[in-house]
Amino acid sequence: MATDAAISVRDLQKSYKALHVLRGVDFDVARGSIFALLGSNGAGKTTVVNILSTLLKGDAGTASVNGFDVATEAAHVRESISLTGQFAAVDEILSGRENLVLVARLRHLKNPGSVADDLLDRFSLTEAAGRKVSTYSGGMRRRLDIAMSLIGNPPLIFLDEPTTGLDPEARIEVWQAIKELARSGTTVLLTTQYLDEAEQLADRIAILHEGRIIVNGSLAELKQLLPPVEVEYVEKQPTLEDVFLALVGRNGKDAKPAMATVAAQTPPAQTPSAQTPSATPPAQTTKEFR
Amino acid sequence: MKTHFFGDTAVLLGRSLRHITRSMDTIITTTIMPIAFMLLFVYVFGGAINSGSDSYVKYLLPGILLITIASGISYTAYRLFLDMQSGIFERFQSMPIARSSVLWAHVLTSLVANLISLGVVVLVALLMGFRSGAGVLEWLAVTGILTLFTLALTWMAVIPGLTAKSIDGASAFSYPLILLPFISSAFVPTGTMPGPVRAFAENQPVTSIVNAIRGLFTQQPVGSDIWMALAWCVGILVVAYFFAMVTYRRRIS
Repeated sequence: MATDAAISVRDLQKSYKALHVLRGVDFDVARGSIFALLGSNGAGKTTVVNILSTLLKGDAGTASVNGFDVATEAAHVRESISLTGQFAAVDEILSGRENLVLVARLRHLKNPGSVADDLLDRFSLTEAAGRKVSTYSGGMRRRLDIAMSLIGNPPLIFLDEPTTGLDPEARIEVWQAIKELARSGTTVLLTTQYLDEAEQLADRIAILHEGRIIVNGSLAELKQLLPPVEVEYVEKQPTLEDVFLALVGRNGKDAKPAMATVAAQTPPAQTPSAQTPSATPPAQTTKEFR
Repeated sequence: MKTHFFGDTAVLLGRSLRHITRSMDTIITTTIMPIAFMLLFVYVFGGAINSGSDSYVKYLLPGILLITIASGISYTAYRLFLDMQSGIFERFQSMPIARSSVLWAHVLTSLVANLISLGVVVLVALLMGFRSGAGVLEWLAVTGILTLFTLALTWMAVIPGLTAKSIDGASAFSYPLILLPFISSAFVPTGTMPGPVRAFAENQPVTSIVNAIRGLFTQQPVGSDIWMALAWCVGILVVAYFFAMVTYRRRIS
C-alpha cells in the first residue's frame, strides 16, 4: 500500500438495506493530484465521498485519508479535509462574508475577517460580500461554497459534483478554481457525471460502476483501452458552447457586439484542428473494460 | 475535541440567533396564536367560565405560556430541517468541530427565542389586566419551569427536524402539543369534565405544570404540584434527549 497516498481505499463496501451500493472499492489518490471518480447517477460516488469525509460508515473494508483511518481516527480526518457537497452548502440568510467568517471561526483561525476578505477577493465576490446569499446566482453560490471549503487550507478537498446545475460560464469559473487549487498543492477528489469535466481536470480517472471501480488510469491510459480509432476528416464546427460563450462574453462583462465576435472567432479556414482524428467510439460496452 | 465544544456552540448559536433577528416574524407568528387564544378566552368565553379565580386572565396565563412554547419549538424542527436539506449540516459534520455543538446551538436558539416570545405574551397579559404578587423567587421558579419545559419539547422537536421528509412534516408534530393544554386544567377546572376525560386531564403533564405555575403566580402553596411538574419536565427532557441522540447517531453513521 502506498503510504504516501493522500487517500487509500481498500475493498470498501456499503449497503443500504438490500441495496449493495459499494461492493468492494479500491483506489489510491496521489498527493497533490486531481482524481476524478466518474459514474452515472446512483453509482455510489456520493457514498464514497461521504465515507471518506466521515459522514457515513462503511460496512467493510478500510479507507484512510491523509494517513488517518476514517473509522478510528475520524477527528484527524476531519482536520485534513474539506467537503464541498452536491448542493452548495451555504447559509442563505447570512451574507457571503458572514458565511466565510462563520467557517473561519469554526476552524479556530486567528483572523476570520481577513481570511474572509481574501477569499471574497479571490473568488470575485467582494462586491456581493454584504448581500444575503439567497440573492446570489447559482455560480456565485458555488464559488462561495468552494471558498468556504478552502478556509484553513486543508490538504485535501472533496468536491461532489461541483458543477451540476451550473451554466457553462459558471462551470468554467469553477474549473478554474479547481485547477488553481491543484496548482497550490491541494489534493482534489472530484466526482462527476460529466465526462468532459473529468477530461479537463483530472490527472487520474476512475470509473465507478455497479459498486466497483472498473477502470482507473490517466486519460491517455483510458483512451488506449479502446482499439485504435479510425481517422476521419471532419470540418471543425463551433460547438454550441463556443457560440454561447462568444455571444455572452466569457466573463459576462466584456460582451461584445455579438455578430462581430462570432465572425472574428470563426475564420473561414479552420485548419489545424480539422486534421486531428476524432474518435468514433466503436460499439463497446463498459463491461469490456474489465 | 471537547475543548472546543463551548466555543463552537457559541459560534453556531450566534449564527442561528442571527437567523432569528433577521426574521423576527418567527417570533411574532409564535406569539400570535397564544395571544389570540388569550383574547378569545378572556373577552369571549371567559365570562361564562367559572374558574373560581378573581381574574380569568390570571387563571389562563400559565396554560397560554405552555401553548406559546409548544408553537415556538416547531421552528427548531423547521430550522434543523432546512440545515439538513441545504447540506450545511453535512458541511459542519465534516469539519473539525465538536459535532454535537450543531444540535446544541439549535436547542439554545430555541430557548432564547421562546423566552423572548414568552416575554411578549406576558407583556400582553399585563396589558389585559394580569397582576401577580409573586416575588423574585416565584418568578425565577416560573422561569425555571418554563425553561425546562422548553428544553424538553425542543429536544423532542429535534427528532422530526432530523428525520422529516418535508417542511410540513417537520412542523406538524407540534399540533397535538398545542392542543394538549385544552384537555387540562389550563382553561377550565378539571372538576366539570366527564370521568375518562377528567382522568386523562388530571394525569397529563400540562395540568401539573399549569397548577404549579398558577400556584406560584397566586402565591398559593404549590406543594406536590411543583414536584410533579419538575418530574414531568425532567422525564420528558431525558426521554426526548435520548431519542434525539439515537436519531442523530443514526443520521451520521
